[in-house]
Amino acid sequence: MTQSIPVNVTVNGKAYKREVEPRLLLSDFLRHELGLTGTHVGCEHGVCGACTILLDGESVRSCLMFAVQADGHALTTVEGLATPLSSPHREGDGGKEGGMHALQESFWETHGLQCGYCTPGILMSMIPFLEKNPRPTELEIRTALSGNLCRCTGYQHIVDAVLDAALKLAAPD
Amino acid sequence: MKPAPFEYRAPDSQEQALAFLQEFGGDSKLLAGGQSLVPAMNFRVVQPSALIDLNRVRDLDYIRADGQSTLRVGAMTRERQLEFDPLISSWSPLLAETMPHVAHPQIRNRGTLGGSLANADPAAELPVIMLALQARLKVRSASSERWLAAQDFFTGMFSTALAPDEMLVEIELPAIPAHTGWCFMEVAPRAGDYAMMGVAVLVSLDDRGNCGQARLVYLNAGDGPVEAARAAALLVGQALTEQAIEAAAEMAGATEITPYGNIHASPDYQRHLARVLTRRALYIAGGRASGEPR
Repeated sequence: MTQSIPVNVTVNGKAYKREVEPRLLLSDFLRHELGLTGTHVGCEHGVCGACTILLDGESVRSCLMFAVQADGHALTTVEGLATPLSSPHREGDGGKEGGMHALQESFWETHGLQCGYCTPGILMSMIPFLEKNPRPTELEIRTALSGNLCRCTGYQHIVDAVLDAALKLAAPD
Repeated sequence: MKPAPFEYRAPDSQEQALAFLQEFGGDSKLLAGGQSLVPAMNFRVVQPSALIDLNRVRDLDYIRADGQSTLRVGAMTRERQLEFDPLISSWSPLLAETMPHVAHPQIRNRGTLGGSLANADPAAELPVIMLALQARLKVRSASSERWLAAQDFFTGMFSTALAPDEMLVEIELPAIPAHTGWCFMEVAPRAGDYAMMGVAVLVSLDDRGNCGQARLVYLNAGDGPVEAARAAALLVGQALTEQAIEAAAEMAGATEITPYGNIHASPDYQRHLARVLTRRALYIAGGRASGEPR
């Protein structure tokens, strides 16, 4: 008989409760149970990084965790980066009033994406990276990007975007 | 690619985990960081009947000093913790130097020391470091407890001395002694990828500044972490001259490793890399042993 296990998680500040089979991957849980389809699924074996999310603030592959393991934890997905138009400015997270996160803006401005498939995973990898390394060198950024595959950009514009975001976040307007 | 169904248990103590392991037996798997096991399950290469998730067992996650020269590390300590822990960087700089090479940050955030060792991938860095440091591994079952030397723990490709009802619980790391230099180097196609070749080197100098002890251990060079004991023995009693280093690197690369080759590197190229890395790592380790600035 298939086990059904209760899962209580907080995703982007909102509490969710579901009952799931143990074999359900966290990536599929986010997409199919919670409808948060911003988290993309690429290779499902931990290579491409498209499904990267934050688990208690640290970047992880959501395809390499089972949903039941997230019970009691706080998750952040790409949907949690932008500030809704109606909500007030959030202090300290780089969010601007009613709009994209500074990192998202930089990706937009420097053409850091083409098809956009890898972008959510790259954003969620770079958020904790920039928190720990507010003034990264280009080489540090390239090393930090090594766990995320992009088949469109050739990475140069992604590196530009992260450098640009670091400047923005260091000196908010 | 989705895993086949399995029973799930999330014990919160070692005792409970070991009781589940005994109950479910050889068809079950312990789930540590899951960074190798879950991909294998997604591919259905591995289809355990039950998963015993160790992530809620709190007393397997620690790094602590025991006396003046021993570190004790819980098997569920995340790789990311090893990378940044001040005790590790001061007592075991070889391990600290290696950590950034272990896959990507996203993997190290979940992956654990015990999980990597129990997985025993011949291309993995951490088994090599355990052999180089002469770590001891504490293994428990519901009814017994024993200690294994690292060299006795790894028994072959993805194989360890763990019995089906046993669990790795602690790793004992001797601190790197005085007058001892270390170095880890690898060559991978990209940062975080599996390396084509890698070496961990430890060199101790005697009172006269000659090599007193040396250890050379390689990854992706055979069925498990491969120690080049004869090449290391060539160095003992010698000054670390260009000639001595060259001879040791040549012997290790030519005769003591048995690389199988893969899509990225032929066995010949792996041997070439082993020679070059051994040479470079010995220079750096020798310099560190003699107290030259790091």
